[in-house]
Amino acid sequence: MLELRSVHKNFGGLQAVHDVSFSVAPGSIKAVIGPNGAGKTTLFNLISGNLNVSSGSILFQGREIQGLKPHTIAALGMARTFQNINLFHGMTALESVMVGRHVRSRAGFLAGMLRTPATRKEEREIREKSMELLRLLEIEEFADVEATSLAFGQQRAVEMARALATEPKLLLLDEPAAGLNIYETAEVGRLITRIRDMGITVLLVEHDMSLVMDISDEIVVLSFGCKIAEDVPAAIQQNPEVIKIYLGEDEEVMV
Amino acid sequence: MRDSKLLKIALLIGLVIGIQALTTVTGTQYYLTQLTMSAYYALLVIGLAVVMGYAGQISLGHAGFFAIGGYLSAALTTHNLVALQANPVIHGLGNLGMLVSGQDIYGEPLLVVAPWAACIIAVCMAAIIALAIGIPVLKLKGHYLAMATLGFSIIIYRIGLATEYFGEADGISEVPGFTLLPAIGSFGPISVSGDFGLRVENYYVAWGLLIIGLWLLLNLIDSRVGRALRAIHGSEEAAEAVGINTAGFKLKVFVLSAVYAAFAGVFLTHYNGGIGPSEASVMKSVRYVALVAVGGMANVWGTLVMGVGLSFLSLRGVFGTYDDAVFGAILIVVMLFAPNGILSMNVKALFAGRRTTDEHR
Repeated sequence: MLELRSVHKNFGGLQAVHDVSFSVAPGSIKAVIGPNGAGKTTLFNLISGNLNVSSGSILFQGREIQGLKPHTIAALGMARTFQNINLFHGMTALESVMVGRHVRSRAGFLAGMLRTPATRKEEREIREKSMELLRLLEIEEFADVEATSLAFGQQRAVEMARALATEPKLLLLDEPAAGLNIYETAEVGRLITRIRDMGITVLLVEHDMSLVMDISDEIVVLSFGCKIAEDVPAAIQQNPEVIKIYLGEDEEVMV
Repeated sequence: MRDSKLLKIALLIGLVIGIQALTTVTGTQYYLTQLTMSAYYALLVIGLAVVMGYAGQISLGHAGFFAIGGYLSAALTTHNLVALQANPVIHGLGNLGMLVSGQDIYGEPLLVVAPWAACIIAVCMAAIIALAIGIPVLKLKGHYLAMATLGFSIIIYRIGLATEYFGEADGISEVPGFTLLPAIGSFGPISVSGDFGLRVENYYVAWGLLIIGLWLLLNLIDSRVGRALRAIHGSEEAAEAVGINTAGFKLKVFVLSAVYAAFAGVFLTHYNGGIGPSEASVMKSVRYVALVAVGGMANVWGTLVMGVGLSFLSLRGVFGTYDDAVFGAILIVVMLFAPNGILSMNVKALFAGRRTTDEHR
């Protein structure tokens, strides 16, 4: 599904990402973990096209996507959420999700201005599909509420519904549990598993270890921009390198 | 939402007919002239409202696009091409039926471009120039469009002033009427011209065009494209992430608004029978921005009301020699006290010492 080959990213003299390679198998949940400043979000921004790599290549479904614009990559079937929630001001929850249908609908300027029958039909489909997603995320009661005025957890849900509305093959989640309590986090975990079961591959960055260990099929560990481990959760928990960066040396506590 | 849109348009049509009837009854038909001109200016400003309110870009070049429409259409329909008849391009235009021949006031043969062809050429030229400005500039984030269009506006103004073809400081006069529909039986012809006998007819042509323009824009705002534009205004990063080509949409909406401005320029020039360099001046562009601001930015209806109302007062000479100063002052006052436009101003909050904020947009 996704393959990173020796990806480097330098900001001036700073090596934010250094020689990172890994791949994400179709239908799996893969997590990227690491201490603050390890380069996780930078890595995400490289994959989604918000940043360009300094060297290396990124393949999505076998196609080189490095250098493409974010909107082109999104149209190829990659959606994302943001660490700091990024909703559209002044739009209701439903409208926000309807925007997500953009790449799966066609009406352009002329069709929109003339309100052709085909456009009206498409609009109805967009609305229905978006409502379905609000129901899936259990926020349909907030459909007509301005999205930015919702509670934090609900805003995250709107963002996720918007990403799902693009019908992605790969979903990038940047800290989906940040700012959520343990019940909401468990809820998000179940949701991500359900998304995977719908056939969508998931790549997430997350700090919450219990969530990551629970749902991930595989985990990549980054530290100071370098990949230091890649394995199944059980093995990552035993990995001395990982324990060292998270807990310091000579500790016998498990992550 | 859609029903209320159609209802509002129906009310507007009723109002337009009512005002015409009222001027006939009261013998004040001279108001129709300014109302006709105001409608054309309003056509320009509602197009600009979508650029400013939805794509979040400021253009200080819309007087320039208006002038491109007006000047080109005026020049093409007035300059005699008899001497160039042998030129293959002119010959080709003639074969396409895009030229009309006749006699000038001295009985000499006259050959000019037909108004409909001149209109198409002028509007296409405005669209091409908007593309040429927009493609490099709209890839950048921030208000670079305001800078670029300001420069463009000054260039157009200077070209008008300095080019003999465009009449220099005098502009172009004696622009012929623009026949929209030929006579069918006892009905018609319908023609855009300042002829006194055609005053009522021209009032309806202008308002008809404005209402069609309004209806198209309102549809656009309610559509997938409108949602994308609002998304871009909300967050460009998130809009890109769902596959919206932000630079592409900003460019298209900018070109669309330039087309609106050029149409307004063409029609008003044929109505007035001429155009002068003041129509291209930067102060006109500032005036259009002020009208959009006072109308409430992302509020096409508010912009329409303010565009017609203030243009009408200005054309009636109510502001006297302070005309430009009034629009400058309006811009300042709106930005300070009513960033969402006069019509959505929260009067109570103002008196309570609080200001309406962006959050309510």
